[in-house]
Amino acid sequence: MRSHEKWVQGILFILATTAVLTVLAITFFIFSEGLPIMVDRGVTGFIGSTRWEPLSGSFGILGMIIGTIQITLGAIALGVPVGLACAVYLAEIADRRLEKILRPGIELLAGIPSVVYGFFGLSVVVPFLREHFPGNGFSILAGSIILAIMILPTVVNISENSIRSVPGDYRSASLALGASHWQTILRVILPAARSGIAASVILGMGRAIGETMAVIMVTGNVTKVAGSIFDPARTLTGNIAIEMGYAAGEHREALFATGVILFLIIMVLNFSTTRFSRKAGDVK
Amino acid sequence: MKPAITIKNLNFYYRQVMALKNISIDIPANRVTALIGPSGCGKSTFLRVLNRMNDLIEGTRIEGKILFNDTNIYKDMDLMKLRKKVGMVFQKPNPFPMSVYNNIAYGPRLHRKISDKELDGIVEKSLKSASLWDEVRDRMESSALGLSGGQQQRLCIARCLAVQPEVLLMDEPTSALDPVSTAKIEELVKDLRDKFAIIIVTHNMQQAGRISDYTAFFLNGEIVEYGATREIFHRPVDKRTEDYITGRFG
Amino acid sequence: MTGKNLTQSAAFLALRAAAIITLAVLFIIIIYIMSNGLRHINTSFFLQGPTSMGRDGGIAPFIVSTLYVSAVSLVIAAPVGIGSALYLSEYSKGGLPVRIIRFCTETLAGIPSIIFGLFGFVFFVVSLGMGWSVLSGGLTLACMVLPTIIKTSEEAIKTVPDTYREGSMALGATKWQTIVKVVLPVSVPGIITGIILSIGRAVGETAAVILTAGSSLRAPVSITDPGRTMSVHLYVLTMEGISNEKAFATAAVLILFVLGINYAANKTATFIRRKV
Repeated sequence: MRSHEKWVQGILFILATTAVLTVLAITFFIFSEGLPIMVDRGVTGFIGSTRWEPLSGSFGILGMIIGTIQITLGAIALGVPVGLACAVYLAEIADRRLEKILRPGIELLAGIPSVVYGFFGLSVVVPFLREHFPGNGFSILAGSIILAIMILPTVVNISENSIRSVPGDYRSASLALGASHWQTILRVILPAARSGIAASVILGMGRAIGETMAVIMVTGNVTKVAGSIFDPARTLTGNIAIEMGYAAGEHREALFATGVILFLIIMVLNFSTTRFSRKAGDVK
Repeated sequence: MKPAITIKNLNFYYRQVMALKNISIDIPANRVTALIGPSGCGKSTFLRVLNRMNDLIEGTRIEGKILFNDTNIYKDMDLMKLRKKVGMVFQKPNPFPMSVYNNIAYGPRLHRKISDKELDGIVEKSLKSASLWDEVRDRMESSALGLSGGQQQRLCIARCLAVQPEVLLMDEPTSALDPVSTAKIEELVKDLRDKFAIIIVTHNMQQAGRISDYTAFFLNGEIVEYGATREIFHRPVDKRTEDYITGRFG
Repeated sequence: MTGKNLTQSAAFLALRAAAIITLAVLFIIIIYIMSNGLRHINTSFFLQGPTSMGRDGGIAPFIVSTLYVSAVSLVIAAPVGIGSALYLSEYSKGGLPVRIIRFCTETLAGIPSIIFGLFGFVFFVVSLGMGWSVLSGGLTLACMVLPTIIKTSEEAIKTVPDTYREGSMALGATKWQTIVKVVLPVSVPGIITGIILSIGRAVGETAAVILTAGSSLRAPVSITDPGRTMSVHLYVLTMEGISNEKAFATAAVLILFVLGINYAANKTATFIRRKV
């Protein structure tokens, strides 16, 4: 009996290490494929250059980094206010009827495949922008709009949780001083929940930066740095997905190197969310 | 003297349950009124009726009249104005997770635009009235959560004082504190009596005897006996009051 | 009405508006795709293969690939994930190894799908010589859904009251017997919810699959055959401008699938709530 238990525990432990091995393997393979060309081109030739011309051997991804930042900031600017408002609504004032539709609705938003979002963006958002604004519709704005919708569930769920975990004592104290419910939300509850809200924004950002299919279907994917939100742009993820199909040699290495940069950005964001959620609470 | 609050034929329901039955008393101004009675007798519920904190609980209903400044607080008074005038100190100290200064400034800022200079004055005055000023004057910008339990409770009292209430409701304000902090709060209550009507819920019979001028004894949602504290403690009229005070039950 | 009340009413109106906008966006997406897609769907769309690159015909082979790849991923990820969850919640005593495992599980959940695609490509497709295949795609997806399964299983296992375990152990059962006879049966609905959600993720995934399972038009037979999932098919139809009609129809099928997944997940979740 005893030895049998030992075996079970051993096997389960091995299974539990799979996640660790996977992370190690991913890191190892992405870096081993991508690092050589990064070292070869140096920081200036790779991260510091906007010239991406695989045929002539120029692999500067600065343009894609800028594109990723532009589209992500746009998505945050559009998605976070709506998402945060939904979270406050759900946590504080929702009437049962709307809540009963809104919750499954947000779950559903999280479940729709990114390629379907991309398809919707391509068939509705892009033509709409083409008609009413300058440019041909494939643009930073189109990407930001679609990503804003896609990050809503992340922002809503995590913000709502952090708002709900604010102690009821604070609410009572504020109301007892004659504050309105809204004043209480604005001046006590949201500040007390701010670390969780910040975490939700960062996770939303991570989702936006990592999103691939929806983005390449609506942003136009040109490597030139965009001058306005109506210009097309290419993201890091888009760069990999579009060219991976036919890339070979140095070109393929450069795509893996793009993956290295993407990987590093996401890791930094993940680290900062764990830091944020660790120091909960204090409002200054 | 004109009473601070007049309660007439108050009934209070929590869903089907009648939690307070036919309560009619006058709460005197500039006096300390203690509410005593065994757990679940309705004394805290009664306290929360007075600043309408029970409104936050679903399924509560009230009958009768509560007059504050000749106005029925459940009919003709703005809820937020009421709570500004009728401050509350809770059982567990509940300072906001903000700096000491911002805790006190929170109330005044809610109700009107206010200059920094005036605010500084209010903060200092409130902290002095709550005899906390000397202990925190050098740490106004540090978090209120870093104060001791007793200091936190006095901070909460100062926070109420900053909005210039006329009545102060205290819901077992010392039950979470050590004896030394308790003594300080009791001292404070005696000092504050000159300025407000204070209503204090307490489990501690000695405390009620020490600090209150009037005492109401609650049992099963009713006021069994209400009168001057000395009378209630030395010559209770009702047998049940006598039993409770002498520690025979509860 | 005082100024404060007025501000509050305005603010709450804005919050409600945000909630309604969110719902409106969802409904617009679903109704738009359904109204344009459903009319191009008939039985032959489900049963036939594509002709002329998907301009005509149906999506039968892509449905097969989708189910095949998802099944492979879950056959691998479910036992590993449930095993990990059991280790973390029943056997581990905390400490550094557990912290590392948890940290890596969270990290894995945050890695973008395109990175999984790159990894699957260089590791399964090239290094291990599996080529573009159902197996490569399934393995890659298994890595992706592993954190979901670990997390939901662990949560389900946590809801089993300790008194159950103590009761079983008191009767002389070993830990493993207790897990098999008491812990797992009680937490099964929760675990199933996690698996259902993972199926949803596997079906909807595109970036990782296109780089590892390929995009062959033929239905895979062997596990080493390449295949094209519905999501990949939708992507190809759209980006190569092959057929708008078929793209709508495929998108509608995907939406129907997601609706079904969410319905099933909610049903099992309700089932748990009723039982506890």
